[in-house]
Amino acid sequence: MITSAIIGSRRHRLVGLLVIMAVMATLSGCGAGGNWGWYVVDPTNPSGWVNLKFLAGGFASTILLSIIAAISSITIGLLIALPGLSERRGLRLINRVYVEVVRAIPLLPMLFWVFYGLPQIFKALGLDITINPFWGAVITLALSDSAFTAEIFRAGIQSIGRGQSEAAQTVGLNYLQTMRYVILPQAIRRILPPLANQFIYIVKMSAFASVIGMQELTRRANELVVTEYRPLEIYTVLILEYLVLVLIISQGVRWLERKMGADERQR
Amino acid sequence: MSDSNPHTEQPLITMSGVNKYFGDFHVLKNIDLTVHTGERMVICGPSGSGKSTVVRCICRLETHESGSIHVDGIELTDDPDSISAIRAEVGMVFQQFNLFPHLSVLDNLTLGPIKARGMSRSDAESLAMTYLERVRIPEQANKRPGQLSGGQQQRVAIARSLCMEPRMMFFDEPTSALDPEMIAEVLDVMVELAEEDGMTMIVVTHEMGFARKVADTMVFMDHGEIVETGPTAGFFDNPRSARCREFLDQILKH
Repeated sequence: MITSAIIGSRRHRLVGLLVIMAVMATLSGCGAGGNWGWYVVDPTNPSGWVNLKFLAGGFASTILLSIIAAISSITIGLLIALPGLSERRGLRLINRVYVEVVRAIPLLPMLFWVFYGLPQIFKALGLDITINPFWGAVITLALSDSAFTAEIFRAGIQSIGRGQSEAAQTVGLNYLQTMRYVILPQAIRRILPPLANQFIYIVKMSAFASVIGMQELTRRANELVVTEYRPLEIYTVLILEYLVLVLIISQGVRWLERKMGADERQR
Repeated sequence: MSDSNPHTEQPLITMSGVNKYFGDFHVLKNIDLTVHTGERMVICGPSGSGKSTVVRCICRLETHESGSIHVDGIELTDDPDSISAIRAEVGMVFQQFNLFPHLSVLDNLTLGPIKARGMSRSDAESLAMTYLERVRIPEQANKRPGQLSGGQQQRVAIARSLCMEPRMMFFDEPTSALDPEMIAEVLDVMVELAEEDGMTMIVVTHEMGFARKVADTMVFMDHGEIVETGPTAGFFDNPRSARCREFLDQILKH
């Protein structure tokens, strides 16, 4: 019933969310006699309200981190995808090596490596550059995701028929103009769904930033768990927080798809 | 545009000893071809004979491995300057139209003039409307290509090429993807372009009625070679080679 309320009616996702809240409220009622202790996140309880506000205080960093990482990932991904489409072997090799290596590195070791390792390298090079947790997380998420974005772009661009770039060339456009005005506008429409997937993936993976001490959603939940000893209740709220973010993104992407679809009627 | 002065000055296009391979497949064998300003050439031949590849080589959509191609005195090489100089003089119309589906008809026409030529939007739009009127579909300017019929799309594609004000136009099987009832509207535009503007044209086509009416020179290709070339009348009435006669018999039979 609950799942059908969530999945079944797109427009009433919010209703589904409210149902979950209601279930939680019910569970919190049971909590008095059992193992649950929903009071820690009960908005009607003064200390629960304070805890909720503390948890929600992580939204800003998670959102900012995800947006900057996603934009960087898309930019790097495109720059890596283009040589992959070249007729020159050397350029294609650059693309292959980057994609194969970067997508093979697990996120967590990469995060440690960027956060603790890069400053060491900078130091050895005589550069005084420190990396704070926020930028450490942005760099890691952007790099890690860019290998996937690059493959999405490559597939999207390859799906546009050769005739399009031939026609663009014969009306005098150079390579960059052909990409900018003819190929990418068509490719973007096709790769919007997988790009949205990657964005959602980034939002969720941003939770790893908590381990290097960034004050985002997950970090705040961890800190609260340490003081309240109520991990299940607090992580339930955390999951709902990510759910809200992801649902908002999905709605945004659907709106974007409709908007792009509306001004294009392809054959 | 109409500086037609047939066959006296030096040729506008010269191909000599051009060879091209697709992998092991020898698609063009020692092609020699000259086209003069104002000349209308029709290239015909069975499919796979290399006729499209000839025109595609001249505007560098394909590279040639040996031999030389000169357009208006410029040799076509790997040098990007030579490629863009030559492309600036050539308009190309494709079998599959290749209109930009995400842009309106008007934007299809103005993209080249604005981005490649640096023309202002208002100048480009009035130029585009002039050519849309020439191909008799000004009322479709704000539609998307996907909303037009095949014949209309091909006429838009012709107008798009004309907006670059080329000195010569290449048509690569321009009516092969069209329903029969739409072929005439496209051929009419092409005839007009030849007769009223004296446009230099190379047309790859099987439309022999059009060829008889418009072409000065006929070229017959088979297996990557130019088998026969000559003035239109003699070509149809008295083909010299057996292969060419056979081909003409086949396509003129019905």
